[in-house]
Amino acid sequence: MPTPLYLAAAVAVSTAITWGLRALPFAVLTPLRRSAVLRYLAFHMPVGIMLILALYTLRDFRPTAWPAALPTVVALAAAVGLHLKTRNAVISVLGATAVHVLLSTFWAAG
Amino acid sequence: MSGTRARSGGRDFTAAVADTASVGLSLFPLGISFGVLVVHAGLSWWWATVFTAVIYAGSLEFLLLGLVASVTPLGQIAVTALLVNMRHIFYALSFPLRQVRPLGRVYATFALTDEAYALTAGGRARSWSSARILWMQVLCQGYWVGGATAGALAGSLVPVTLHGLDFALTALFVVLTIDAWRAQRDLPAPLLAAVSFALAALLVPGQLLPGAMGLFTAALLIRYALHRRATAGSQQDALDGPPQHPVPAPASPSTATAAGPATAAASASASASASER
Repeated sequence: MPTPLYLAAAVAVSTAITWGLRALPFAVLTPLRRSAVLRYLAFHMPVGIMLILALYTLRDFRPTAWPAALPTVVALAAAVGLHLKTRNAVISVLGATAVHVLLSTFWAAG
Repeated sequence: MSGTRARSGGRDFTAAVADTASVGLSLFPLGISFGVLVVHAGLSWWWATVFTAVIYAGSLEFLLLGLVASVTPLGQIAVTALLVNMRHIFYALSFPLRQVRPLGRVYATFALTDEAYALTAGGRARSWSSARILWMQVLCQGYWVGGATAGALAGSLVPVTLHGLDFALTALFVVLTIDAWRAQRDLPAPLLAAVSFALAALLVPGQLLPGAMGLFTAALLIRYALHRRATAGSQQDALDGPPQHPVPAPASPSTATAAGPATAAASASASASASER
């Protein structure tokens, strides 16, 4: 269990880095504009980083452990399907999460 | 005098309420789910308020919940924060900070989230007053902090454990992957990311997240170097990436060379945050 001191330190570290990334570029705009490699990364990184984060959240998922894997598989399909259809992040996230909660409560547990 | 100021202040606030209405509709419910997750992670409800009010970076806060629950070393948290929020570097290129009064700039940079950037993008905010920009940011943060606090309180009052609620984070990143894909449709990038993740899972399972992100960054830099070499002969500078750049970067001089210590500066995402669009 994390201690309050550790939690406060984690919050402080995250805040300092996030704020720094948001504020410092205003002071050093010109080098940023000129950096071709930075712009290359800015263009090509987002989709990969988001995919890595998505995979990371599934790191304990075992696709072979049937039927325990079913809620995740169905909810993933729901997230992709809803978002391709509606393009609305709220509907996709809340819809897929509702599917997962319902299935893991009534299918996996029952 | 003061009456005039109050009236114009009221106008700025009203305008900001209208500016943020659509964003609020997504920030508030996602804040609620974050708050519920905070309580489910075993933390006191008020940590939801602290996380959202102090860090104020949605996708990082969701990730951080899992990291602190397993007492991840602070260094790894720092690397994660850096990589996940690197994209904010590019928001400075177009955010109308100069229109904000000097003292307000402290808050304006602190609260420069994906949503704040999106709401001011495309020159829409060119005529906005300092107060209207700041109110817009205060309201965005208000929806997020309010939602998270409400969710955490509800979660701690109703002692029902909902199984599978943490899937909200997975769904969020799946949605953000699709959005980022739509912005660029660059197939090698997600493929390299998937391979990087698989390699990291095999080689450094204990450092999965920084390992995968580091490998992915290295792979992109190699790809960039190869791309540069391939186009080195031509006069056309092909380094600026495809023309439909998602970040409104100004045209760079055609002589642009890979400048400086930019290696670590890996933009994490064009569209991450607890809420999106």
